Amino acid sequence: MDLLLDAVVIGVLLGCFYGAVSLGLSVSFGLLDVPHVAHPAFLVLASYFVYFLNEHYAIDPLVAGLLITPLFFAFGLVAYRIYYETFEKRGSDAGVRGIAFFFGVAFIIEVLIIMQFGVDQRSVTADYVGKALRLGDLRIPYRLLVAFGVAAVLTILLTLYLSRTFMGRAIRAVAQDQEALRLMGTNPIRIKQWAFGIATAVLGVAGALLIIVAPVEPTLDRAYIGRTFCVVVMAGLGSMSGTLVAAIILGVAESIVLTMFGASWAPAISFAMLLGVLAVRPQGLFGRRS
Amino acid sequence: MSKRVSKSGSITRRRLLATASAGAALAASPLGINLLQAQTAPIRIGMSMPQTGGLAGGGKPSLLGIEIWRDDVNAKGGLLGRKVELVVYDDKSSASETPAIYSKLIDVDKVDLLFAPYATVPTAPIMPMVKQRGLLLIGNFSFQVNSKVGHDMWFNNAPWGPPDSWATSFLDIGQKAGGKSVALLTADQEFAQNLVKTTREVAAKRNMPVVFDQAYPPNTVEFSSIIRALKAAKPDIVYVASYPPDSAGILRAVNEIGVGDNVKIFGGGMVGLQFGSVMENLGSLLNGVVNYNSWLPEKSMYYDGTKEFFEKYTKRAVEAKVDPLGYYLAPFGYASGQLVEQAINATKSLDQKGLAKYLRENTHKTIVGPIAFSADGERKESAVLQAQFRGVADKNIEQFRTSGKQVILFPESLKSGELVSPFEAARK
Repeated sequence: MDLLLDAVVIGVLLGCFYGAVSLGLSVSFGLLDVPHVAHPAFLVLASYFVYFLNEHYAIDPLVAGLLITPLFFAFGLVAYRIYYETFEKRGSDAGVRGIAFFFGVAFIIEVLIIMQFGVDQRSVTADYVGKALRLGDLRIPYRLLVAFGVAAVLTILLTLYLSRTFMGRAIRAVAQDQEALRLMGTNPIRIKQWAFGIATAVLGVAGALLIIVAPVEPTLDRAYIGRTFCVVVMAGLGSMSGTLVAAIILGVAESIVLTMFGASWAPAISFAMLLGVLAVRPQGLFGRRS
Repeated sequence: MSKRVSKSGSITRRRLLATASAGAALAASPLGINLLQAQTAPIRIGMSMPQTGGLAGGGKPSLLGIEIWRDDVNAKGGLLGRKVELVVYDDKSSASETPAIYSKLIDVDKVDLLFAPYATVPTAPIMPMVKQRGLLLIGNFSFQVNSKVGHDMWFNNAPWGPPDSWATSFLDIGQKAGGKSVALLTADQEFAQNLVKTTREVAAKRNMPVVFDQAYPPNTVEFSSIIRALKAAKPDIVYVASYPPDSAGILRAVNEIGVGDNVKIFGGGMVGLQFGSVMENLGSLLNGVVNYNSWLPEKSMYYDGTKEFFEKYTKRAVEAKVDPLGYYLAPFGYASGQLVEQAINATKSLDQKGLAKYLRENTHKTIVGPIAFSADGERKESAVLQAQFRGVADKNIEQFRTSGKQVILFPESLKSGELVSPFEAARK
């Protein structure tokens, strides 16, 4: 019983971490329909920026993540503009070609990281890395508690931004009907570019979490492509709170399977859950039927 | 896949004059042109090497070791009077890349000799093809890839020896410390599964119950749940066979969750804990872990050329942005070159069967000690070290250049200290 409780607690925390690294994708893929397969590569790039600031200037990883957020916002604006001008603008097969574009971007990022930092694993030092909170027999790694807190804050902020601000509502509107927005005198491409900037800016903090939770290496993005897309699709495209809940469900399922049934089954269970959800609710757990 | 042909060596004015004169004399005769081409064409050694992906941390220093050998041998005039050239492709640490790369090396590049890539996973799929073609292959730290293929022209540079020696030495140390039950935690891939298979067999022979036996998928990022389950099984000996990306995650989780007071010895087959950057990152988390290694900076491990090799390696590793220590693989890369160098010089030929016969029947002097092969192409005697990390501080890679940070527990001939047990006490 203790083991099950432990698995659930660790699973919730792990799920929050998955949620935090998937939130950006929930905006870019879920709301904007951009096939952003380079999302995990952006994430790894952010974690290397955090590593650099932590290693050379002894800046706390979370603070470093916040510091790079404006830089990643600008990076997102530029990335979307290039994608729009070269692919999205040109026609109906933009989705397929867009995937090729973002795969290319991901490989370029990988190579740039290798050239700058080499192929070795990198990690950060902080007071909350490598220690655990003791609650009776239960031991909870502080790094996962940090992921839990950051994921909750990010989800609340993004939800409030998308529902309470003019720009946030415009982003939701562009996701629902781009043409209607254009008829109202607003440039939907500018809105989408802004939204992609927000999605990328979130990766600054998410990248900090990535390197806090585990060491990173240049090709780590490949391990996260499946997981992040799984979370976003399972949640229902574009739902921020849904993304967090879906990630927690995935984290708990993975943790229980790892603890109780054997590690080999963990990836299969995650994707089986995704297929199950899609079979019953094609729009995802929290998506609206279109 | 990008091809890299690497050449080296500067030409002096005197050598240039001598070469030009000889060339002019030969070219004067009609037969001279062909003869000249045959004699001056470099000997090409082809290989793939993980330079990106999870195994790149090992592949890059291994390649640097081979390149240092190439430069040394070319500085001495090459082999059979010909320069040595390396034809290298990045296999991205992927088993799916290597069959195509080696087909290209053999059929398109028409290299003279083949070296295997670093590690078991990329090597395993090329074994049937190399056997079918009847080609000599110098292995590079793969584990038991020839056990089922049975290629008689395979020679592994790794110090493994008989397949069960690795597990035997670890379980010996654990049993002497009072260990009775075993837990096995392994990555779900070729190398780790081969390793743990022999551990299961040795444990069964010794009537040691295996109380936990789990394989985790290679993309696992969080090990807290697995370590919690392992702890609940209350094993005495924990044998871990993991790859570099996982080893750091496992040790971090062990530090946070703990593995219980029962555990006498923890480690065994964790790849990654031999790499400078991983060791530096993990720092004090390494304390207490008993793990395999291939070379450590102890007095007994220096042979002819070892010191000079590491002087060159240390300088070049900075430029190449590879493991600054390079103990685990780089000297063995150099030794691979020494093996073929001695075989070619002795047989005065590039005939692959002749080279294989020579390698099989003789003992070879290398910078990692004398190497003799058994019939399966592995070392006749195991030279794998089991060493315990002690007194390791955080964020200091230089500490690993001194002796005492990894105390050798096995083999007896190289032993430099006694096991500190139980594991939780050794970690402090």
